[in-house]
Amino acid sequence: MSQIDPDYEVIIQPNRSWFYVDWKGLLHYSDLLFLLVRRDFVARYKQTILGPLWFIIQPIFTTVVFTIVFAKVAKISTDELPPMLFYLCALVPWGYFSGSLEATSKSLLANAGLFNKVYFPRLIIPLSIVVSNLIALAIQLATFLGFYFYYKFLTPAGSTINPNLLIFVLPLFLLQTAAVALGFGLWVSALTVKYRDFQNLMAFIIPLWMYATPIIYPTSTVPEKWRVFLALNPMAGIVDSFRYAFFGSGYINVSHILISVAGTVLVLVSGMLIFNKVERTFVDWI
Amino acid sequence: MSKPIIEVNHLSKLYKLGTVGATTLRESFDRWWHKARGEEHKLHPIDHKPLMIEPDDLQAGPEPNTLWALKDVSFSVNQGEIVGIIGRNGAGKSTLLKILSKITEPTSGKAIIRGRVSSLLEVGTGFHPELTGRENIYLNGAILGMRKSEIARKFDEIVSFAEVAKFIDTPVKHYSSGMYVRLAFAVAAHLEPEILLIDEVLAVGDALFQKKCIGKMGEVAKQGRTVLFVSHNMNAVEAICKKALLFNNGSIAGVSSDVSMLINRYVSGDKEDRLNSAEWTNSGQEFSNPWFKPLRLKICDHEGNRVNMPVNNNADMWVRMEGDIEIPDPALTIGYAIYTETGNLLYWSYQTDQQESFWPKLEKGRCILQGRVPKRLLNEGAYRIELLGGLHYRQWLFEPGTKVPTVYLTIRGTPSDSPYWTMKRPGEIAPVIEWAIVQ
Repeated sequence: MSQIDPDYEVIIQPNRSWFYVDWKGLLHYSDLLFLLVRRDFVARYKQTILGPLWFIIQPIFTTVVFTIVFAKVAKISTDELPPMLFYLCALVPWGYFSGSLEATSKSLLANAGLFNKVYFPRLIIPLSIVVSNLIALAIQLATFLGFYFYYKFLTPAGSTINPNLLIFVLPLFLLQTAAVALGFGLWVSALTVKYRDFQNLMAFIIPLWMYATPIIYPTSTVPEKWRVFLALNPMAGIVDSFRYAFFGSGYINVSHILISVAGTVLVLVSGMLIFNKVERTFVDWI
Repeated sequence: MSKPIIEVNHLSKLYKLGTVGATTLRESFDRWWHKARGEEHKLHPIDHKPLMIEPDDLQAGPEPNTLWALKDVSFSVNQGEIVGIIGRNGAGKSTLLKILSKITEPTSGKAIIRGRVSSLLEVGTGFHPELTGRENIYLNGAILGMRKSEIARKFDEIVSFAEVAKFIDTPVKHYSSGMYVRLAFAVAAHLEPEILLIDEVLAVGDALFQKKCIGKMGEVAKQGRTVLFVSHNMNAVEAICKKALLFNNGSIAGVSSDVSMLINRYVSGDKEDRLNSAEWTNSGQEFSNPWFKPLRLKICDHEGNRVNMPVNNNADMWVRMEGDIEIPDPALTIGYAIYTETGNLLYWSYQTDQQESFWPKLEKGRCILQGRVPKRLLNEGAYRIELLGGLHYRQWLFEPGTKVPTVYLTIRGTPSDSPYWTMKRPGEIAPVIEWAIVQ
């Protein structure tokens, strides 16, 4: 026999505050979050031969292409580091960022059928995407470390590689990466509901963003007066910090990092608010 | 039992019609640009969309192309009640469930819900074809609001209810559609919310499974839970619900604990004219001709009394036509054509269909002729019966597709005496056909 809890009351009415976020609901559905992560992982590689190996193949291929095109042909500096390591190190956080951003920006439209039928806090979906991309990140990080130790201990280039204590702060930078991806993803997915233009925009914004981030070039080659613009791109500070932590060389500017952290918080909070506002009636728009 | 478990006060929902969903940035920008330049009078072409809804429509909203899907709806439900929600498509039933289950917000008004809600607006929501039955049970359960521990506790029960134990570790894409639906319903049926919102789930599965589902819902109610059940299956509503809400044009047209009364009101079209139209009478000089001038057309029982709609299907009915014959013509054929609610022709029947010796003799003067509508031939639903007739191979008197004398027939009730056949069947007709064993 179920009894009514006299204090339990849900009130449904229009125009709730912008700042109303269903935290209690999010907590209740935490199991769903992990089941969705599992689904993403399992469903993605069912009926593939290589399975999760794809997580490794993709960054390595990209690195090889970058090495040939940018390091060998275009002869862009890699700060005297082995090009393979130089690119791979940046691609680890970048891959996580671009993968998460791309998927979260589609989260409302891609799940419209589901959202039209059943209620759960919509934020669960983008959150589960950011979490499930962590699996790929872990595998890619392990791959990178494999190359890293090979170059550090088995090649003459090892002497230029000097890891430092910043390595222990890297999880915080990954957290920031997740926050940037989630924040922008929420913005875009909310806007896409009304304006499908953003769907097309994302297809080339992400590659462009990569070139605006010091991935194929070191920040040291960027003219001094332009470096301040890099502070506006949170991914620049994150990529630089990764390189600095693992190699002990490169460019790092604390005040730029602080600016980018502030920007990240702003994007994340505003993204959550707009997403929250749109999710309440978005099924009427699609 | 103090306060009602669901309280709905003046709930309204306004929808914009047309292509709002696919707005592009340019449209919004154009609109903003014209506004900013004070050119509001110079409306952009996109504002000249054709009217999707007439301004005098009952549900028309305050602006052009807006529609009240729900309009000032108030009602309350007590704990443990099973409430059926009936009404035509677009009457606002599903919108109500969507608001109560928080899928979308109302435009105005308020609903207070004193309990955990689970909605079952479609079975199998969130099923992933690549995942196994086991994985899908967990995922679907979580989507519907169950905790993992809760699902684990009920797992065996769900599997045995769905009868898929053998295939539980097979990806559901290899399931038959029956298995898929059974599994999906089983997960949903084992939710334990205080309030369950259900939209049309019984439309699926075979008859035995449907029976099982109805049983399960009765059980749910006995546990003190509250169910709102939206369905077009009037037999299911009548069997399960102790109270019903009838929706019409976005508003509540009736609330009653006399469920079958409300269902009859709904099925008979809820309109006086539909009831009256079981009989057609000539207002004067309509269809005047010397061969057969129709005076009256009606549906009646074997004693010639006009039947009241809706009518049960377990006795013969007669389409009775009365007319004046000035010039008897051996080529005169009179009959009726019967159409389904959606306008499909079921059959024609003429008084000259049998061998000639059985033909009724039509003589000069007043003539009353009737043709049988066999019992247990038609399915549940509404039918249109039109007078049909002409001079064989010479000319039409009452040509199909033109405006001819018309009556309506609404059939409801168990179409068969079989214990296995308790609901409306798929198909335009539902004849009970003889079966025999040969060996």
